[in-house]
Amino acid sequence: MNTPLFEFLCRMGDNTLVLGHRVSEWCGVAPVLEEDIALANTALDLIGQTQLWLGMAGEVEGKGRDADKLAFHRDVWDFRNALLCEQPNGDFGQTMMRQFLFDTWHLIMLKALADSSNDQIAAIAEKSVKEVTYHQERSADTVIGLGDGTEESHMRMQRALDKLWPFVGELFIGDDVDDAMVEQGIAPDPAALRTRFDNQLDAALAEATLTKPADDFAHKGGKTGARHTEHLGHMLTQMQWLQRAYPDASW
Amino acid sequence: MYAQMIKSTGQGVKSLDEMEPDERAFQERINAGGKIEPKDWMPEGYRKNLIRQIGQHAHSEIVGQLPEGNWITRAPTLERKAILLAKVQDEAGHGLYLYCAAETLGVTRDDLTRDLLSGKMKYSSIFNYPTLTWADMGAVGWLVDGAAIMNQVPLQRTSYGPYARAMVRICKEESFHQRQGFDIMMKMANGTEAQRKMAQDALNRFWGPALMMFGPSDADSVHSAQSMAWKIKMNSNDELRQKFVDQTAPQAEYLGLTIPDKTCKLNAETGHYDFAQPDWDEFFDVLRGNGPCNTERLEARNKAWDDGRWVREGLLAHAAKKRSAKLAAE
Ligand SMILES: [Fe+2]
Ligand SMILES: [Fe+2]
Ligand SMILES: [Fe+2]
Repeated sequence: MNTPLFEFLCRMGDNTLVLGHRVSEWCGVAPVLEEDIALANTALDLIGQTQLWLGMAGEVEGKGRDADKLAFHRDVWDFRNALLCEQPNGDFGQTMMRQFLFDTWHLIMLKALADSSNDQIAAIAEKSVKEVTYHQERSADTVIGLGDGTEESHMRMQRALDKLWPFVGELFIGDDVDDAMVEQGIAPDPAALRTRFDNQLDAALAEATLTKPADDFAHKGGKTGARHTEHLGHMLTQMQWLQRAYPDASW
Repeated sequence: MYAQMIKSTGQGVKSLDEMEPDERAFQERINAGGKIEPKDWMPEGYRKNLIRQIGQHAHSEIVGQLPEGNWITRAPTLERKAILLAKVQDEAGHGLYLYCAAETLGVTRDDLTRDLLSGKMKYSSIFNYPTLTWADMGAVGWLVDGAAIMNQVPLQRTSYGPYARAMVRICKEESFHQRQGFDIMMKMANGTEAQRKMAQDALNRFWGPALMMFGPSDADSVHSAQSMAWKIKMNSNDELRQKFVDQTAPQAEYLGLTIPDKTCKLNAETGHYDFAQPDWDEFFDVLRGNGPCNTERLEARNKAWDDGRWVREGLLAHAAKKRSAKLAAE
């Protein structure tokens, strides 16, 4: 049985790993050059954060697994990312909507973690806050710009929001792992972040002239690993292929 | 080098005495090592030639993202993935600096992009080759960025100010690119049997195309003579190619890899490496659009541009709305 702390660290690290991978799929084919640069930069930050979270998870576990071992040698059921992160890129609007929803949650979460009773977690969070503040500003601006752009861009952004909305709720559902984190003062109760998230979201969506779906139904199973979507397995076949095909090689 | 076969006026280089006063002053400034700035008078040929050259260089940075992007999602460690992302991000940044430099000459980035997408303007032949194994990420950094540096370092002294300044920024980053490539090659060349095989295979496939990056011999080219008089080309193609082989051959030896050219060895008399010319027929085929990846590369860029249209239009429309709202408020 894994310790709650290990589980929690995998959740943080798998979010950034899986989303970082998705964003990196945009390499070289963004709508404008500035976006190529910004997307690569976001992916780079997320992969850097992954190294810290999964590196710490490996230390906490104490079985000799490092960040690479965790990233490249676990199968789908051991991944702990939220389902939102593994959703396919779709068009640029869907990618940026996914990014905006995640960034907004991520930033609130990281700011809370900066006050963690665990110094190492607080330090990782503090470093990440700087990067994610920029990600969030950028994704919010893009969602606003495209929501309030042309008829077509508005339609595409609304469609993206409708499609991704069912994956938002999971970010705020707590379980035993979260309870243990709250008890030790390590991490906040996920549900307690919702009000701030909703306020920020509502403000941005209003500017973007987009409508939040009325139905709050939430898919779940990513952060617990109980049931990922079919997309994650395909991502891992790419991400892990070299490590799996040449297990004795070092790179 | 990222600019190949750039045409100039097609006429011979004029002597100072044959020039009108404006042109003569311009040429004397260049001869004295001075810089030409965007507002300065310049011959039409100089301007056109520079647009072609800088544009081709910029396009190469942009298309050059694709063969490396091909491996970002398959990078074998988090560290390698991060390094490759950082490198590709740099390349996109290089494209941006260079388009900005070209814009000072009176074209827009959109004009240049249109000419790239229609196939009217070229990008370096090297990016029409596929990246087939992880070792290719090593070979590209080591050989392709290595060859690019050979050309770009002297261009820091080129006569056109904005181009020279762009080159200074770019060169700072290129040496990191080459180092990370060589580092991948070291790991592979000293790794398992399969890794060594990948490394040798990558060198076999990229050696010739890397030599072609400098372009065919231009000893007798009127275009090159004019470009050199204008100091927008600093060395002949053969000179740079020789320098590249002299630098690279000992590195291959250090890696324990074999250059796919039996004649490539140090010539005690000249102090330089002898080497065989690459297959120039293949080079011209690639230039005509028949390289292994020409079709995919151009399709990928066209698709990105077409798919991105609604995004560009949406953001422009939003910016316009905000501007008029601000005006109305004033
Ligand atoms: Fe570059
Ligand atoms: Fe390059
Ligand atoms: Fe480079």
